[in-house]
Amino acid sequence: METIPLNSPDKDFIREVQERSGQNVQSCYQCGNCTAGCPYNFAYDVSVSRIMRLVQLGQREAVLKSHSIWLCATCQSCTTRCPNSIEVAKIMDVLRHMAREAGYATERNVKAFGDAFLESVEKHGRVYELGVTASYVKKTGRFWTDVDLAPAMLPKNKLSIKPHEIRGKEHVAEIFKRYRERDAAKENR
Amino acid sequence: MSISVGYYPGCSGSGTSVEYDKSTRAVCKKLGIELTEIDDWSCCGSTPAHTVDHTLSAALSARNLVLAAKQGQEEVVTPCPSCLANLRTASHKIEDEAYRPKVEALLDDSCESAATVASTLQLIVEKVGLDAIKKAVVKPLKDLNVACYYGCIMNRPPELMQFDDPENPMAMDKIMEACGATVLPFPLKVECCGAAAGMPKKEIVTELSGRLLNVADSLNTEIIVTACPLCQMNLDLRQGQVNRANGTGYDIPVVYFTQLLGLALGLSADEVGLSKLVVDPTPRLRFAGVL
Ligand code: SF4
Ligand code: SF4
Repeated sequence: METIPLNSPDKDFIREVQERSGQNVQSCYQCGNCTAGCPYNFAYDVSVSRIMRLVQLGQREAVLKSHSIWLCATCQSCTTRCPNSIEVAKIMDVLRHMAREAGYATERNVKAFGDAFLESVEKHGRVYELGVTASYVKKTGRFWTDVDLAPAMLPKNKLSIKPHEIRGKEHVAEIFKRYRERDAAKENR
Repeated sequence: MSISVGYYPGCSGSGTSVEYDKSTRAVCKKLGIELTEIDDWSCCGSTPAHTVDHTLSAALSARNLVLAAKQGQEEVVTPCPSCLANLRTASHKIEDEAYRPKVEALLDDSCESAATVASTLQLIVEKVGLDAIKKAVVKPLKDLNVACYYGCIMNRPPELMQFDDPENPMAMDKIMEACGATVLPFPLKVECCGAAAGMPKKEIVTELSGRLLNVADSLNTEIIVTACPLCQMNLDLRQGQVNRANGTGYDIPVVYFTQLLGLALGLSADEVGLSKLVVDPTPRLRFAGVL
């Protein structure tokens, strides 16, 4: 296992994670149940119970720069099985929010996919699947890694070539706009 | 018996999971459930929204619950567990008087009256009931060995979903039994399939969906039964990718529970959208005398 050099605890970080998630991270006693049931553990650089420990120790950088927080699929196994009823998946979500705000994105493609998805919702009110794919490919500069699906997919005629526009799409776009204004106001405080 | 509820199809219902939407509507009609689609519904934000911000996610979802209430619906059902999780989470946030104003600020509307939300699976099991299903079966699924796969969020976390057992859910197992199928004890019912990692991190899907297919195969599963568009897509559309990555050669059909239930209730292959599936289930269904 990779060793992580510990810095002195960043108390603000601990407080912020607790406030934003509404969870008491200090009640974690490191039983490891969350990690034992985490289906993504094989792909993580830092296991979820270790993330919990690093949060307790106020290790902002090590946590926010981990790949794990981007790979977590919010499958809720950890939350369901934590003996201390900690909503671990919610903490992982909050850490991802904080990593985004700090400008970290150790899994660029995961972030690009999420961004492409939300841009589609903002534009059309509903998700336009082909549009998300095109925009994802553009953002990552990657060749579409799913071309091998085309022969199975195309004859099924499932993907609409036009977005489904809804009448209320302006309303949806405004939700995004107000969200960005709210965040900008927070930063200027 | 007549049941009438609002219906939230979710975005994949008009794309990658058209057959789930189609078979859900057909089955409900057959069982005497009237589904009224929420007029002008919008995307719930899915996973990407809650990974960016919880209030944004709640506002995108709440728009639909408020819309449904304005259209006279007290309860909404959705076939998609991911939509359900988002809509439910939004419900909780707007019931919380301290949190509600944050959602209302983004929505620019009151969330005072909003519909509640459940899955179509829950509606069918609880409101129609297994006895009524048994009585309505005209084409029993006998001689069919199925494994029911619920996916990770249909029942979890239990405080939020409030339905069935979070580690060993039985709703689909019981429906399939009521239809006459032999239900195998599938131990990975609530394990994750790789979810939305397919595009950005394919190796996660080939590993996790690979595990599911390995175990299903070891039980001699003839058909995997699902209730989630993402699970179904990873196991069916991506089954070839899984095979190529893991050196396996599986050819296991993966259908929505509403498709098999529909067939048992006497709906045609076309009415439940069977031709939309990638791994063709018709040879097994013919062999079992269902088609
Ligand atoms: S399951 Fe809960 S108590 Fe155990 S290590 Fe994980 S977070 Fe800590
Ligand atoms: S929610 Fe995330 S951290 Fe928790 S078990 Fe699932 S993938 Fe692992």
